[in-house]
Amino acid sequence: MRTFRMGGVHPADKKISQNAQIEKLPVPKMVYISMIQHLGAPAVPCVAPGDKVKVGQVIGTPTGFVSAPVHSSVSGTVKSVGMINDLSKRPVNTVVIEVEGDEWLETIDRTDTINRDIVLDQKQIIERIKECGVVGLGGATFPTNVKLSPPPTAKPTCVIINGAECEPYLTSDYRVMMEMPEQVLIGGTIFMKALGVAKCYIGIEENKPEAIKKLSSLAVNYPGIEVVTLKKKYPQGGEKQLIDAVIGKKVPSQGLPVDTGAVVQNVGTAFAVYEAVQKNKPLFEGIMTVTGDCSKQQRNFVHRVGTPLSFIMDYCGGVPEDAAKIISGGPMMGKAVANTDAPTLKGTSSILFLTEAQTKRQPEGNCIRCGKCVEACPMGLEPYLLNKLGRATMTEELEAHHVYDCIECGCCQFTCPAYIPLLDTIRQSKATVMKIMRSRNSK
Amino acid sequence: MNTIIFTIATLSVLGLLLAIVLYIIAQKFKVEEDPRIDTVEALLPGANCGGCGKAGCRAFAEAAVKEGLTSLFCPVGGNAVMQAVAQALGQTIEDKAPQIAVLRCSGSCSNRKKTNVYDGISSCAAIASLYGGETDCLFGCLGKGDCEAVCQFGAIKVNQQTGLPEVDQDKCTACGACVKACPKLLLELRNKGPKDRRIYVACRNKEKGAVARKGCLVACIGCGKCAKECAFEAITVETNLAYIDYTKCRMCRKCVAVCPTGAIHEVNFPPRVAAVKPATEASVSASASEAAKQAVPVQKEEKKVEIPVQKQ
Repeated sequence: MRTFRMGGVHPADKKISQNAQIEKLPVPKMVYISMIQHLGAPAVPCVAPGDKVKVGQVIGTPTGFVSAPVHSSVSGTVKSVGMINDLSKRPVNTVVIEVEGDEWLETIDRTDTINRDIVLDQKQIIERIKECGVVGLGGATFPTNVKLSPPPTAKPTCVIINGAECEPYLTSDYRVMMEMPEQVLIGGTIFMKALGVAKCYIGIEENKPEAIKKLSSLAVNYPGIEVVTLKKKYPQGGEKQLIDAVIGKKVPSQGLPVDTGAVVQNVGTAFAVYEAVQKNKPLFEGIMTVTGDCSKQQRNFVHRVGTPLSFIMDYCGGVPEDAAKIISGGPMMGKAVANTDAPTLKGTSSILFLTEAQTKRQPEGNCIRCGKCVEACPMGLEPYLLNKLGRATMTEELEAHHVYDCIECGCCQFTCPAYIPLLDTIRQSKATVMKIMRSRNSK
Repeated sequence: MNTIIFTIATLSVLGLLLAIVLYIIAQKFKVEEDPRIDTVEALLPGANCGGCGKAGCRAFAEAAVKEGLTSLFCPVGGNAVMQAVAQALGQTIEDKAPQIAVLRCSGSCSNRKKTNVYDGISSCAAIASLYGGETDCLFGCLGKGDCEAVCQFGAIKVNQQTGLPEVDQDKCTACGACVKACPKLLLELRNKGPKDRRIYVACRNKEKGAVARKGCLVACIGCGKCAKECAFEAITVETNLAYIDYTKCRMCRKCVAVCPTGAIHEVNFPPRVAAVKPATEASVSASASEAAKQAVPVQKEEKKVEIPVQKQ
C-alpha cells in the first residue's frame, strides 16, 4: 500500500458522521456572500442594493488572472454591499441578499440525470470552469481554471484526485464519493481532457473501504482512471504528500506541483467541475459536515454559499453546552470560528465542535531534543530549530533552513511531548520571511 | 647560558623585524577617519537602540559628521546631547520638543468585553495575523505586550488589571521601537507637552459610531463634537475617528469635556477649578448619554496611573 515517504502522524480517525447521508440544508432568510472565497485577488461586486438576482447569477466579477467570479446562491433582492466580518472577524466585502423564493437561472440543468458525454473541447472546458467560479475545495480554494492552465514549460502527465480526506472528523469528501461516484469519475475525465493527459489516479485512504470498492467497480467504465489505496496517514491530502504517495515523485522546494507532472484536484472539486461542465451550474453550493464528539447531531449537508454558520448550528440543535471551541475545517488545519455569524464560503468543509478537554493547551515544557517533530515533519524540516530561530527572530537562518517550505500541517505540534507551540511560532516566522523574500524579489 | 642569550636575541630581533613590518603596513593601509566621529560617539548615550533611524550610535556619529545635524535627532539623549554634539561639531541647532509614546486605546477589560478566548502564543503579532482579536473592537490593543518586549528602557509595561500597556514617562525616550512593534499601530510619538500635559484621542476605531460602541464603551464614535468645540482647528475627524494635532492643540481641555464617550484623555492636568467644574459637568451631562458616566471613572483611572509615575 502506498503512502508518502517522509514524516506524518496518525491522529485518531473520528469519522463519526460518515454514515449520515447528504441532506439539503434549508435556504436561510438572508445570505451574506463574501467576495473573497478563493485564493488571489478578491472579486468586485457587480450588483447594487435593490437589484433582483436569481440563483446562479454573477454578483462578483474576478479581478486579475488568479481570481474567480462569485455567483448568487439564492434568488431575491440585494440588501446591501459592504464590509461584514468573516469568521476570523476580519472585514470582507460582502453582498447581502434577502431571499425571495428559489428561482434559478434557466441555463442551469437541474435534472438528476447523469450526463456522461463530454461535448465541450479543451478550451471550452477551462473557460466554463472559469465562468462557473470553480475553486479547489480541498482547503486552499485556488481557482481551478488556473491549475488546469499550467505554464507552457510544465508538462502534465497525470491527474491525481484527492480522496484521502486525512483530517479527522471530516466526512464530506467521503459522502461525495459514496453518493456521487459517477459524477466524480466524469469530473476526473473532464480534468484529463482539459489537461490533455491520459492517466488519472484517485487516491483514497484505507479507512474508507466502501468508497474504494464503489469507485473501483465503476472506474472500469472510465478509461485511464485508476483507484489507488493509500495507507492512512496525516497529512496525506496535502498536495505535495499526495503526489509523493501516488506517483512517488517529490515536488522541488519552491517549485510547482506540476513540475512532477501531476495536477492534484480534490474529489469535491471533481464534483463541482462535473456540475459546471455537464450541468452548467456555477459553484454556489458546498458540501459540509457538522460533527464533533459533543455535537448534538452528526450530519452532512449541501449548503448554499453565504448561509450564516449560526443558522446551520441552530438547525442542528444549537451549540452543545460542553463545546469549548468551534472550528471550521478539520481539527488539524481548520480555523477557529471567532464570529459565529460569519457566512459559509465555497470552501467551507465543516463545523466541528470540540470540548474543553480536546482543545485545552497544556503548559509548555522545555525541548528535550527527542527529535519527534523532525521525524513527523512531512516536509523534512527541523521544527524545534525553526521554533528557536523564530523566537530569536533570526530571519536569515530561518530562510537558510527553508521555513518557507512549511505547509502548516501541525504534525510537529501534534507530536511534541513538551507541548511547545511549534507551529504557532513557525507560522509567524514563515510570514515574516516570506514578506522579506517578496520585497527582495520585487526589487 | 648561551642557549638563553641566543633565545632572547633571536626573539628580540624577530620582534623588532615584525614591528617594523607591521608599522609599514599600518602606514600604507591607513584608513583616514574623521577624528570627530569618535568625539561625537563618546557624547552619545550608547544605547544603540536605533531610535534615530540609524543602525546604532556609531552610525549616527558618522552621519552627523558627514551630513550635518539637520535631519538627525537622538531621542534617548534628547536636546542636551544634541546641543553637546552640535557644539563639538561647531554647528548650531534648535531645540526639539521632547516626545513620548502614547497609547491610543483605552479599551481596558472593563470597557471592552471579551467575546472569545485566544489560547495561542502570547504575541500581538501572532493574534493580528490570525484574526481580529478577543473583543469586538478590531482596532484595539491586543494586550500581549509586543511593545513591552521591544522596549529597551523598561518604560512600557502591560497592566494585568486593565490589560493595556502603560508608558512610564520618566523612562520613555521616544525611540519609537514600540510604535513599530504594535501590529495595530496604537502607539504614537507625541510631544510631551508643557509641564508634561497632554491631550489625545485614546482610540483608533474607524467603525461607525454604533458598531464602535458595541465593541467598546469608550470608543471614539466620530460624532465631531470635539472638532466643533476646538477653537484652534487642532481636531480633525476622518473615517469616524477624531485626531488631535498636538502641534496645534493649546490644552484648553474643552474637547475633553464635550466627548460623550470619554475617548479623549487629558494627562497630568491639575483637577478642574471649582468655578469651572459645575460648568463642565453640566456640559458633560447635557451632551452625553450613559456612556459619559461610565467614562468618567476611566479618566480618573488614567490620571491615577500617570501621577505616581511622576513621583518615582
